[in-house]
Amino acid sequence: MADRPAQLIACHECDLLQRDIPLNPGCTASCRRCGAVLYRNATDSINRTLAYTLAAGILFVVANSFPIFSIEVSGDRSAITLFGAVRALWEQGVRTISVMVFITAILVPCLELFSLTALLLPLKLGLVPPKYTLFMRTLQFIEPWGMVEVFMLGVLVSLVKLTNNFRVIPGFALYSFGLLTLLIAAAAASFSARDIWNRLDEMMRQEGA
Amino acid sequence: MTQVNSGIPSAASNGLCSCHVCRLVSRRSRFSRREHCPRCGATLHFRKPRSIERCWALVIASYILYIPANLLVMMETGSLINYRKDTIVSGVVHLWKTGSWMIAVIVFIASVAIPVLKLFSLTFLLISVQRRSTWRPRQRTRLFRLLEAVGRWSMLDIYVVTLLAALVQLGSLAVVKAGPAAVAFGAVVILTMFATMQFDPRLIWDPLQKEEIHD
Ligand SMILES: [Zn+2]
Repeated sequence: MADRPAQLIACHECDLLQRDIPLNPGCTASCRRCGAVLYRNATDSINRTLAYTLAAGILFVVANSFPIFSIEVSGDRSAITLFGAVRALWEQGVRTISVMVFITAILVPCLELFSLTALLLPLKLGLVPPKYTLFMRTLQFIEPWGMVEVFMLGVLVSLVKLTNNFRVIPGFALYSFGLLTLLIAAAAASFSARDIWNRLDEMMRQEGA
Repeated sequence: MTQVNSGIPSAASNGLCSCHVCRLVSRRSRFSRREHCPRCGATLHFRKPRSIERCWALVIASYILYIPANLLVMMETGSLINYRKDTIVSGVVHLWKTGSWMIAVIVFIASVAIPVLKLFSLTFLLISVQRRSTWRPRQRTRLFRLLEAVGRWSMLDIYVVTLLAALVQLGSLAVVKAGPAAVAFGAVVILTMFATMQFDPRLIWDPLQKEEIHD
C-alpha cells in the first residue's frame, strides 16, 4: 500500500497517465490523448443504480413469467415465453443455439441484476458487501454478454415476420421486456464502478482507523 | 509521492500498472513474474497477456466459420402453401421483396454488415499493431471502440430464429426450423466478441513512445 501513487489514473485504452480531478455532477472526464471516457461524476450513483436495479429485478420476473406473444392459426393458439423458446429449441436438438440464447437473454441479465443488488444494497445500508471483489469482477466479465436490448429487437423483427402469415396477439411480457430494456439501460448509465471503489476505500480507512 | 516522468506519458513506461478490475494504478516491477493489485487482488498485467496471438486465433477461426454460416441454411419455413430454405442473405432478400424494407435493412446490418466489418477491422488492427504502425492511433482506437459497441447486435437473427422456431409448431399447418447455419453464425458472433475482448488497444499507442511492453 505504501507505494500507491495518489490520484493517478491510467487510460485503459491508451495507457496515458493522468491526474484524477474532481468533476462537476453529470460531467465526464475523457482521455486527453485518445478520447476514451475515463470516469464520470454520476450523480447519486449508488442510490439511483440500486433503485433501477430493484425495479428491473421485478420486471425481469414478470417478463419471464408471461407469454411474449402468441399466434392464432384456424382456432389453434400458440403462445411463447422466453424460457419456453429456449426449451423448445433444446428439444428440437438445436442445443448450441438454445444454450446461447439462455446465457445471453436469461442468465447474464439475472447475474447482472443479482450482482448489482449484492453490492449496492449493503453499501446503501453502510456495510461492506461480502465478496465484493467477486461481484465486481462478475459484473465486468459479463457486461458484454447481456443482450436484453438485442433480444427486444429480435422480438420486434419476429412480430413483423409473423404478421405476414398469422394473426399475432401481443402478450403481457412484451411490454415488460420493453420496460426492462429501458431500466437495465438506466441502471448501466447510472452505475459507476469508481464510486463503489471509492466508497469501499473510505469504509476500509474508517475501519482501519 | 511518485515522480511521473513527463517525457514518457504511458503508465507502463513509468513502471505503473492499472488494475483491469478496479483501475487502481500501482507500481509493479517489470521483472517479477506475478503481482497482485493491492486493492482487489486481481493479477496485474501491463498489457493483456498474449493479446495478439489469441486475437489472431479467434479471428482466423471466425473467418473459417463464416463460410458455412453464409452457405448453409439458416432457417427452414414450411407450410401447406410454400416451403422455403433461407440462408442469411436470401432471408434478407426475401424480407426486402415482401415489402418489409425496414426489417430487411436492420437484419442486413446485424447479420451481414457488422460481422464483416468486425472481421476486417480486427484484421486491420492486428496487422497495424504487429507492424508497429504510428498511423492515426486516435482513429484506430475509435474503430476498436466501435467494434466493442456494435458486436453483440449480430445476435439478432439468432433470437429471431429461436422465437419463430419455438412458436410456429402447429402440426402440419406451418413449421419453422433452425438450420445448421444458425449454429455456425452463432459461433462467429461469440468468437468475434471474444476476439475483440482479447485485443488490447494500448498496443496501438506503444510504438508512439518507442516502447515495447509485454504482459
Ligand atoms: Zn486514452
